[in-house]
Amino acid sequence: MWDYSEKVKEHFFSPRNAGAVEGANAVGDVGSLSCGDALRLTLRVDPQNETILDAGFQTFGCGSAIASSSALTEIIKGMTLDAALKVTNQDIADYLDGLPPEKMHCSVMGREALQAAVANYRGEEWKDDHEEGELICKCFAIDAVMIEETVRANGLRTVEDVTNYTKAGGGCAACHEGIEDILVKVLAEQGEVFDPTTPSVTAQPKKLNTLQRIRRIEEILDSIRPNLQRDHGDVELVDVDGKNIYVNMVGACSGCQMAATTLGGIQQALVEGLNEFVRVLPAEQLKSCAEG
Amino acid sequence: MAEGIYLDNNATTMVSPEIVEEMLPFFSEQFGNPSSLHQFGDKVGRALKKARQQVQTLLGAEHDSEIIFTSCGTESDSTAILSALRAQPERKEIITTVVEHPAVLTLCQHLEKDGYKVHYLTVDKRGRLDMQRYKDLLSDRVAVVSVVWANNETGTLFPVEEMAVWAHEAGIMFHTDAVQAVGKVPINLKESAIDMLSLSGHKLHAPKGVGVLYLRRGARFRPLLRGGHQERGRRAGTENSASIVALGKAAEMALESMTFENTFVKAMRDRLESGILAAVSHCFVTGDPTNRLPNTCNIAFEFIEGEAILLLLNKLGIAASSGSACTSGSLEPSHVMRAMDIPYTAAHGSIRFSLSRYNTMEEIERVITAVPPIVAQLRKLSPYWGENGPVEEPEKAFAPTYA
Repeated sequence: MWDYSEKVKEHFFSPRNAGAVEGANAVGDVGSLSCGDALRLTLRVDPQNETILDAGFQTFGCGSAIASSSALTEIIKGMTLDAALKVTNQDIADYLDGLPPEKMHCSVMGREALQAAVANYRGEEWKDDHEEGELICKCFAIDAVMIEETVRANGLRTVEDVTNYTKAGGGCAACHEGIEDILVKVLAEQGEVFDPTTPSVTAQPKKLNTLQRIRRIEEILDSIRPNLQRDHGDVELVDVDGKNIYVNMVGACSGCQMAATTLGGIQQALVEGLNEFVRVLPAEQLKSCAEG
Repeated sequence: MAEGIYLDNNATTMVSPEIVEEMLPFFSEQFGNPSSLHQFGDKVGRALKKARQQVQTLLGAEHDSEIIFTSCGTESDSTAILSALRAQPERKEIITTVVEHPAVLTLCQHLEKDGYKVHYLTVDKRGRLDMQRYKDLLSDRVAVVSVVWANNETGTLFPVEEMAVWAHEAGIMFHTDAVQAVGKVPINLKESAIDMLSLSGHKLHAPKGVGVLYLRRGARFRPLLRGGHQERGRRAGTENSASIVALGKAAEMALESMTFENTFVKAMRDRLESGILAAVSHCFVTGDPTNRLPNTCNIAFEFIEGEAILLLLNKLGIAASSGSACTSGSLEPSHVMRAMDIPYTAAHGSIRFSLSRYNTMEEIERVITAVPPIVAQLRKLSPYWGENGPVEEPEKAFAPTYA
């Protein structure tokens, strides 16, 4: 079963603004090939000030497609079209407390439906400018098309290059075979052979020393802190031991039933911020290790 | 049985209480290594011998030494196919089908990269193979034919016994992935031309982590794992004795239940299917309903998506599975649905209900009541659906820009 947030489940089980809006004057029909999902967004826009008075969705799709559609309509109602166009797919995902990497395209579909609806209202033609491929890197949600295009555009030759340009492969490393397969294919098109011993064309990313790394971890934790404090909780850094980062959940977070989920979220932020795979563990485990 | 209604037995089955009981001593007092000479090992060795005979009886194999215990169905499949290739290095072709389980399909796709030529037999809209096409492909360049006995998604049965005879006449080894068929379809290997057959314990109420490769006596073989002399040197590694004992018991119980599966379980499946088809419009059975496993029913609900259906079923405690892309994390809806040319709008809404002898008719009636409102609820959200039915010419009325 997917790791859906409570918010995703809630929007799926009780979607808001389902159905077509009466008297709609903007329609956006889009679909995502990678899931076969499709969405029709209908808007009623005030012609005087271009404010979205009402928004409704009809979705053929999975749980997160329905939840993303529902979230989108909630976000944009009351906005002007210009303000609504600034809504990113990440905003939709954030509104739902995150989406699994395989499901991020559901939020992309939402944003595209909005662009298509606005174009329809303004009498413009909307063209999609991105293509989706098979998901290769699950840590950073990077697909095959993105990797292929980056390899072609930048003459990349190694897995390390790909990681430096796209982040793909920079987490758990399980997708390195998939990245190599893409390199083999693209290099073959250029009449070249993939050689894993080729030196990387990209400069080595500067490796952080221990002090810099801990400072970076604290910066990342500081960026998450406001979210926790909103729920009257907090997190403190206790120790860093290689890939293991030990933290204390304090305030309302301490003993909260959602603590494990919160730790998961913190881990995700640290993995992305540090560009390496790390494990976030409660500090109690540090003690038990020391005693053991 | 745990709370809820479990109709996902083609994914995995509950371990029968009798089987759990049978295997428990092998975690405690019967801990010996079956290879050891002393009394601790000897008892375990005898238990494995009994399990081997129980599996032999279920499969109708001529000799108990034809049964090789492995860790799972996937290992059995890989061992069989790779063995055939290594034993006959001059043969560089494989024949299989487009609707195999990933255990065979992914391996074959990988072997293509190594220079092997793989022929994928296609299927018609009912999931049936073209036998003439199969016969035309048989040649002395083919190392092995690997064809699934019963499809895991639709339950459709392939005529593997017939296909094995033709392969034999052409001098080609024949392997079948019978993971779904064993225990539900009578099998008598000593009367067949099948050289290798894979089965998996957890599909027949034994635990996960144990499987079998049947290897006909005399069939040329190269082990996947070399090392100790376990399984007569054909599969090295200390035996998973508790699970092997469990699989033996499961084989015995499966044989006893074969008639029950083909009468009572089949009756429950048929009731479920006719109940849903009568109550829900715009849905149809996929695969070949006249020739399939007695426990499996796969229904495609048009204009809605499978994961959404599963989530709503799950909320009511009903477990099934779907051929939608979203449930697998892959790009495409199930390759089996695509192979049968089921339209996207239906393939994404295909739901597999797979029963076991532990289900009851009362559960089936509850599922029949639960499904129609779920389908109606999701269709209300669907852009392909109008007030009381699909919009006119749904594919034209809603033709989104795909990205």
